[in-house]
Amino acid sequence: MTLAPNATSPISHIVTKSVDQNQPGRSVWKAVATPFQAVSRPLAITLSVLVWVAVIGGWFALTYSGAVKEMFLPRPESVVSTTIRMALDGSLWEHVLASVQVVLIGFVLSSIVAVPLGLTMGTYRIVQAALDPLVNFIRYLPVTSFVPLFILWIGIGIEQRVAVIIFGIFFQQLVMIADSARGVQRDLVNAAYTLGTKRSDTVFHIVFPATLPNVLDVLRVTMGWAWTYLVVAELVAARSGLGYISLKAMRGFQVDVIFMAIAMIGILGLCTDQLFRGIRRLVAPWAN
Amino acid sequence: MDALTLTTKPKSADIGVDNVALRYGTGDNAVLALDGISFHVAPNEFCVIVGPSGCGKSSLLYLIAGLEERTGGTIAVGGKPVTEPGADRGMVFQAYTLFPWLTVAQNVEYGPKRKSMPAAERRAIVEHFLQEVGLAKFANHYPSQLSGGMKQRVAIARALANDPQVLLMDEPFGALDSQTRHSMQRLLLRIWDHSKKTVLFVTHDIDEAILLADRVLVMSGRPGQIKKEIRVGFSRPRSMDLVMEPNFIAMKRAILELLKNDEDDEH
Ligand SMILES: Nc1ncnc2c1ncn2[C@@H]1O[C@H](COP(=O)(O)OP(=O)(O)OP(=O)(O)O)[C@@H](O)[C@H]1O
Ligand SMILES: [Mg+2]
Repeated sequence: MTLAPNATSPISHIVTKSVDQNQPGRSVWKAVATPFQAVSRPLAITLSVLVWVAVIGGWFALTYSGAVKEMFLPRPESVVSTTIRMALDGSLWEHVLASVQVVLIGFVLSSIVAVPLGLTMGTYRIVQAALDPLVNFIRYLPVTSFVPLFILWIGIGIEQRVAVIIFGIFFQQLVMIADSARGVQRDLVNAAYTLGTKRSDTVFHIVFPATLPNVLDVLRVTMGWAWTYLVVAELVAARSGLGYISLKAMRGFQVDVIFMAIAMIGILGLCTDQLFRGIRRLVAPWAN
Repeated sequence: MDALTLTTKPKSADIGVDNVALRYGTGDNAVLALDGISFHVAPNEFCVIVGPSGCGKSSLLYLIAGLEERTGGTIAVGGKPVTEPGADRGMVFQAYTLFPWLTVAQNVEYGPKRKSMPAAERRAIVEHFLQEVGLAKFANHYPSQLSGGMKQRVAIARALANDPQVLLMDEPFGALDSQTRHSMQRLLLRIWDHSKKTVLFVTHDIDEAILLADRVLVMSGRPGQIKKEIRVGFSRPRSMDLVMEPNFIAMKRAILELLKNDEDDEH
């Protein structure tokens, strides 16, 4: 129950409780049959664990039954043992660190410009009019086609990988943040004016706090894209990083290393995702 | 600062609306919402506007608040021409406009904060007005945790905490059930009695209009003009039982008739 205690009568509270706790079967059925029905935490955890077990079980089934050759799909335990080996000799951390560093630099540089500029774009029609056509043009250019150009311009150092990430996410962030700023209820701004807010303070006092949950969601989503573009950049030109070891592993037919790299990126993504959700709960508790 | 010091220095201004016109859009899409509307609201007066839906009541309040630009005429509040929105004209909107990211107390504190008022003084004001609207216990709740009536009470407290010279209210109780509505009307009259602000109040509900007003302005359909003004002489404080008195019913009938004529004109 996420409702405020005063928002439900004691009676409805008791009724919901008895359904949830005494008849798990019924609460599952209710959650399936009712749109937007809340799900209790134990049930949510049970379900997500079941799905994971199914996926990993399927993986075991495919490899142990011989349906897929080990050259193409490694056995789960060999991925685990490879991970442990590389974690112990330190090479795993070296590559993880290299990748995380590039993603963070690219993501932060992109975000610190995209957030204020996007809010300004969504708030001031004139800025929108000036930038929108250009931004929407660039937004549809495939990032991958710029990789050779970036290599030509800035070489194959870390700057090149950072540039690919920025190019990949900046314009998307800009458009999505501008959209959420444009969606701010006009009467909120009007109310702020009648309370003495200066026009020049509108972005800071109204638009920014009103869109903060949306902005954090945009950042959370584009963080995932940043990882995609990182791997693209590392596959082409890098001396370290998770994309780089994947490429190297492919040449040596080490599928287990590729799988480990993919799994690492997934785990890192899951962590940053949770981090952003935590930040959102912390700075925008009103939006939950 | 206690309640007394807050209420013993009433600050209110008159509203002068002179030959004001408002056109939305241009060319074929133009809508003439108001055309040559004129009236005056005295300081401390409780003036209520009624009129058919779409006659430009909200537009009129937005113009006085400075949130919309008039096409013609002049508007002055306290003798000062209105050119832009300002803290001297508080407004309670038809839609809920509490800032969802601020708690109830922070919403009320918003205006005083913009004026850079010292924190201690702000706290006293917040406490006073939350007490006044009976929501002291909900100071730390977010607007999403409040009922519609509570939200509008906070909106009233927020507008008053800013100590405006006039209070513009656009169907603030329009979305509430009749019981909540009645208690809100009593509450508003009590607060108005304490603070003695100039109030310009828009409503669809004729009972509400007569119960609250010193004077009712009846508007005609689009383009909106003042069709008639009716002085409401009932002594204050008024009881809700007033609605059953013959004088009250006669006045209500007269206003209904005025609004009905307007409907006939349209068809
Ligand atoms: N932004 C706008 N653009 C174009 N026309 C508008 C706009 N706002 C209002 N109008 C028109 O102006 C007229 C007056 O609108 P307004 O909202 O002031 O009416 P109202 O008297 O407050 O109605 P209600 O009682 O339903 O709230 C309406 O006919 C409406 O269609
Ligand atoms: Mg209206």
